[in-house]
Amino acid sequence: MHEMALAERIVHIAQAQASAQGAGAIRSVIVEVGALSCVAPEALAFCFSAVARQTLAEGAALVIETIPGQAFCPACEKIVPIQARFDPCPFCGSYGLQPRAGTELRVAAIEID
Amino acid sequence: MCTVCGCGGAGHPPTENAQDHIHRHDHDHDHHHHPHDYHDDSHPHGHRYRHRHDHLHDHPHVPDHDHLTHPEPQLMTAALAIEAHHTHAPGVDPARMVRIEQDILAENNRYAEANRALFAERGILALNLVSSPGSGKTTLLVKTIEALKNRYPIAVIEGDQQTAFDAERIRATGVAAVQINTGKGCHLDAHQVGHALEKLPLPPRTLLFIENVGNLVCPAGFDLGEAAKVVLLSVTEGEDKPLKYPDIFAASALMVVTKSDLLAHVDFDLTKATEYARRVQPQIETIVLSARSGEGFNQWLAWIETHVSRLAKSIVA
Repeated sequence: MHEMALAERIVHIAQAQASAQGAGAIRSVIVEVGALSCVAPEALAFCFSAVARQTLAEGAALVIETIPGQAFCPACEKIVPIQARFDPCPFCGSYGLQPRAGTELRVAAIEID
Repeated sequence: MCTVCGCGGAGHPPTENAQDHIHRHDHDHDHHHHPHDYHDDSHPHGHRYRHRHDHLHDHPHVPDHDHLTHPEPQLMTAALAIEAHHTHAPGVDPARMVRIEQDILAENNRYAEANRALFAERGILALNLVSSPGSGKTTLLVKTIEALKNRYPIAVIEGDQQTAFDAERIRATGVAAVQINTGKGCHLDAHQVGHALEKLPLPPRTLLFIENVGNLVCPAGFDLGEAAKVVLLSVTEGEDKPLKYPDIFAASALMVVTKSDLLAHVDFDLTKATEYARRVQPQIETIVLSARSGEGFNQWLAWIETHVSRLAKSIVA
């Protein structure tokens, strides 16, 4: 996935909400990043700092909340935990699992002054 | 550096006992054995990583820690207990927490849905062609247009960082094409495509090809409103690419293996390429062709025709 474009979106969303709330500054932005989403959290944090310069989000901390992955295994017919998007089923080893949780990419909240 | 107490900035060592103010980046979690000395000037503003623990306290560590290299060892995953009610520095007003719950890709998805609605309204089949640079997208398109232009109205959106070379090649076939130059950008997004659509003649039943920026990574995540992504993989690229770049293969309905006329000159295991693609996307179809020799081309045309008639049926129904 593309962390720079995503960071721009995060700053945009945070700024829009902060302005609407009449905030003077944003202290932190809490984002939910699913373990199965195509995002590298460290790259996102780096890009966020760069993009936030000269915006209301400048200096804000990016808090990345990782949401664990779960997927449906057609062979086991049940939902199983997985660490990464294309992992095989931890029980039966088959591929082609369908993600059910952990694909989130969301600005959950902002902390403002 | 901490914006409350100034610690961690130049000349200010981190405070030892920072429980009494908002200093959440000093937490020492028992899963990790990381030195706690990342308060240097190069450290971006105390970004924090936390896992939603819920029921999974003993879960194995999330994978991004295991196989990502850390150029700055200080910038690490420190799992912090989530405290909704952290303590505050005396005399400092607590910051307000505003819940947003907004999907980061929501805006792109909105534009994509607008594009999709336009396509549905006019019975347009839109295909998003993705691949590495040089896999043969434009050549495939040129040949496809030559074969189909007397049967369907066709329009093309071209995406590249720079130049209009590809749009010019398409226009030379007599079909309308718009070139998007992304500059530094590495993928097309739905907003750009929406603007390009305004510049194209799009009569009903148009076959719209969107040739994305050559890139096996980023285009995977950006919906343009297309009916399907078609990923090209040429025989000179190696059969392991579906496993190395799974997201884009998983997002595609069809894998077209191109330049099959070169098979005799390269080590390319077609069986493995197909198997790997199916591993990341069980539903993916595979067509092997050469635009140069014409081998397999009819299968590609047949695939397009199948999707055109499916679209036509869904409108009638």
